[in-house]
Amino acid sequence: MSRFKKGDTVHVRTDYPQGHARAPYFTRGHQGHIEQITGPYPNAEELAYGRRGAQEPLYRVRFRQQALWPSYQGSPHDTLVADLYEHWLNPGDRS
Amino acid sequence: MSHEDSHKDHAKEHQHSHGHPHPQQPDSEDEPYSHEQVMATALEELLSDKGLIAAGDMSSALDYWASKTPADGARLVARCWTDPAFAQRVGENVNAAAAELDMDIGTTPVVAITNTPDLHNVLVCTLCSCYPIGLLGESPGWYKSRAYRSRVVSEPRVVLAEFGTQISDETEVRVHDSTADLRYIVIPMRPEGTEELSEGELAEIVTRDCMIGTAVAKGLEE
Amino acid sequence: MGGLEAGPVDLTEAAYAPWQKRVKALALLLIRGDKAQMNVDELRRGIEDLAPEDYERLGYYERWTRSIADILTEKGLFTAEELTVKMAEVEKRWQEQGPK
Repeated sequence: MSRFKKGDTVHVRTDYPQGHARAPYFTRGHQGHIEQITGPYPNAEELAYGRRGAQEPLYRVRFRQQALWPSYQGSPHDTLVADLYEHWLNPGDRS
Repeated sequence: MSHEDSHKDHAKEHQHSHGHPHPQQPDSEDEPYSHEQVMATALEELLSDKGLIAAGDMSSALDYWASKTPADGARLVARCWTDPAFAQRVGENVNAAAAELDMDIGTTPVVAITNTPDLHNVLVCTLCSCYPIGLLGESPGWYKSRAYRSRVVSEPRVVLAEFGTQISDETEVRVHDSTADLRYIVIPMRPEGTEELSEGELAEIVTRDCMIGTAVAKGLEE
Repeated sequence: MGGLEAGPVDLTEAAYAPWQKRVKALALLLIRGDKAQMNVDELRRGIEDLAPEDYERLGYYERWTRSIADILTEKGLFTAEELTVKMAEVEKRWQEQGPK
């Protein structure tokens, strides 16, 4: 069961935990939309320490480039899709 | 680590061999070697002494890598261009579709992302250079480089221009950062003027870079 | 490393050196082989755990080598001392006969 569905607005946690973290740092604190639900996959942050990671959904989350990079010079249409495990995501503001 | 001191001496001695991805094929007779090259051979021998790898295992692993080239990805793309039903199956499950063409691309799920006139896709892994090796072979040095991985996410159009690739501002450029369990392949757009080409000829115009998204497919005459 | 300052992308195409291919093959065996000893996420973590100055200075497959050594040491497959001794052996041989 996945907590989010395609098209949902999600907010990437603004956390900088100790150890191996799998959310690209430039997505943290930003809002995006669920592009695709994949998985479940074991939590790679646990596997990285040789532990058996709990299975969780992995989402492909789409961000507007202008939201990620304040000085973005490309087209306003441009986007970035990052692969994010569910524990990195909270519900976003409705938009 | 306990050998840190000797490491530093080596770094000084062989400064020129550090700090870049070592793309050159060194002359094994007279090139100096790095501390990590010694370590790599020592690892192999230590693991072999302990019975954890066998010489035959190493040579089959080397053969496996050598057998993977972008020609497989190109064959898959050319089939997508000529067979819409196949293209649809690729959209659903690349690994299964590749098996139809007798390609074993491994079990890591590969997702196809298809370029359209409105959408140009480009791949990167900012974490560690994940790459669809089963379809494209070993990734090029630049794909592993700090410059590509740092910049393509924040200024993709500038990086694409360094590859000689210009994408219209009307077209969305979408960067895919593959840091988890999936690998990607870009299905480029079939160039105009290639209606007469056979599937084999089409495969020849599908370059590695157009399946990464740093290039677009071009017709034979261009 | 996404978004960090960096210069132009060096588009030089060159073949990988034999030792680099062997590191890749070794990693494949250790991660996917019949006697797998580690997973790819551990390999990644080992690369990230390198000291920043080492990360900057080392080439791509040199980082892999260091990560594999660190992870397997951590797992107790061999001790740091065993690896040091083996490296001294290899280096002595290479000094006498040249790297193979």
